Amino acid sequence: MTATTAPRLADPAARRRRSPRVAGYVTMIFATVVVGAPLLWLALASLKAPDELYQLPLQWLPARPDLDNYAQAASAIPLGRLLANSIGLTVVGAGLKVVLGLCCAYALVFLDFPFRKAVFGLVIVTLMIPPQITIIPNYTLVASLGWLNTYQGILVPGLASAFGTFLFRQHFLTLPASILEAAELDGAGHWRKLWRFVVPMSTPTLAAVALVSVVTEWNDYLWPFLVVDHPETMTLPVGLTLLQNTDGMSDWGVLLAATVVVTLPILLVFLVLQRRLVDGLTAGAVTG
Amino acid sequence: MTTTATPRAPEDSGAGPARSAIPGRTRPQRLHRSRLGASRRRKALLWALLLAGPNVVLLLVFVYRPLLQSLYLSTLQWNLGSPTARFVGLGNYIEWFSAPTTGRIVTTTIVFTVATVGGAMVLGLGLALLLNSRLRGRGVARTVAFAPYVLGGFAVGILWLFMFDPRYGLIQEVLGWVGLASPQWYTGRPWPLVMVIVVYLWKNLGYVALIYLAGLQAVPQDLRDAAALDGASSARTLRSVVLPLLTPTTFFLLVTMLLSSLQSFDIIKAMTQGGPLGSTTTLMYSIYEESFVNGRAGYASAVATILFLVLLAVTAVQMRFVQRKVHYA
Repeated sequence: MTATTAPRLADPAARRRRSPRVAGYVTMIFATVVVGAPLLWLALASLKAPDELYQLPLQWLPARPDLDNYAQAASAIPLGRLLANSIGLTVVGAGLKVVLGLCCAYALVFLDFPFRKAVFGLVIVTLMIPPQITIIPNYTLVASLGWLNTYQGILVPGLASAFGTFLFRQHFLTLPASILEAAELDGAGHWRKLWRFVVPMSTPTLAAVALVSVVTEWNDYLWPFLVVDHPETMTLPVGLTLLQNTDGMSDWGVLLAATVVVTLPILLVFLVLQRRLVDGLTAGAVTG
Repeated sequence: MTTTATPRAPEDSGAGPARSAIPGRTRPQRLHRSRLGASRRRKALLWALLLAGPNVVLLLVFVYRPLLQSLYLSTLQWNLGSPTARFVGLGNYIEWFSAPTTGRIVTTTIVFTVATVGGAMVLGLGLALLLNSRLRGRGVARTVAFAPYVLGGFAVGILWLFMFDPRYGLIQEVLGWVGLASPQWYTGRPWPLVMVIVVYLWKNLGYVALIYLAGLQAVPQDLRDAAALDGASSARTLRSVVLPLLTPTTFFLLVTMLLSSLQSFDIIKAMTQGGPLGSTTTLMYSIYEESFVNGRAGYASAVATILFLVLLAVTAVQMRFVQRKVHYA
């Protein structure tokens, strides 16, 4: 504070270089802890016995970690069945969505047909229609088809691909025309051209779209919640509601164990395929 | 097979007499081409039907049909599952504008939207600036920050309900460290609304940060260096150089976050079910409540249409901006 002129000139420069560094690290660690702590807290709490959950002061680590909460959750709702339903619906739903998007985008880019622009317009405008406005009419349609509590009832109304079609189209437009012309000269039909030439040249986009579809299908809540109330066809997020309603907030451990079962698979997908997934989830910023 | 023949056929037929008479050459070629073109076009149409058809049908049946039907339903007094409906014209809209709960729902929606969008933008930019500086371990920080975004809203809501528990939650513990008593998060106004806002921020912060990070990395380093050489402080560089260059990113995020915030449902459903006493009921949540709890599908369709118009207005503003940007570029 009462420093002379010389150190005041020398010091701040060095301090300016060092102190933002320290401040940066402190802030970064703080932010990471604030964002990450709830997930850690969830995982640890799901391993605790009830008396530990309701014990003050709070303990981070469970004294006797066990899977009791998971066993109880599995007896309250058919957790295995729900997990299988969620996996099946996610794989089939995301798979079909990708195929529909690929095929539609191929037609939009490589085929010359009437109303091509209209079809593309249909896809683009869909991106701006909030799914919420379609829910009541789709619900009455699905109900009148007798599709409540069925897999197709959960799956079919959400299958149409707009985001995927759009991303695939943007990518297809960048593919070198010469390769496709060569394929055509070799006598390759459209079907072969799509799967043998276009798809192999589109793997990054393909991975991005597939992963985004997997995440959205897995996390989808409102629609399956409305369409399904039997455990046989129920998905995991909806099962969580069932558990919340039956057990209320009386038994946190069980509810948290089920929450881990819902969140862990998608978290693992994220950690393993992080870059591709982030590319897909943030693709709107580049294209929009 | 015909496809391979097409490019070659005109060459073969026109190769011989090509040099002698130009009009004579073009005419048969054109005839030939149009005949082949017709079959080629028919084939392309068939393939288009096969490849684009399924997706187009799904879009028409499950997006555009319900969109129009929803507009129609909004003119009916009709309960979900009821065999009878009565045409009421704009009655549902008039009812919404004069309903005593509408003011509260609109206020809640505005508070929730402004707080979540504004908060996510400011905190997300801060986080992005942090992750953009050359700190060790920022890769880990980025992963952790983005992770909540991939989780389902309902599960996230349950997790945070436990965090907020006024007696045994982690939040009350942390508040205790600094000598604060936990508010009644579940019951005492305005805390339930604060609670869902915090959770929404936690879930979406990483997305905003990552998009901003991409924008920041596109800012040329020499521009910053030039500003630093001119003696600008880092705060000044940020305000006068970096932020203006990030305007397109900011605008994109503003619109995306606005759209997703206005449509958020899962977190509120898991944590408060719109309560207590409707204090966390947003426009989106009221649509669900009116249609599937109260069964008033006609009225709910009118509210859905109103929300749709709001979203459409937001999108329209974005489109105008994007056009202007393209114009300037």
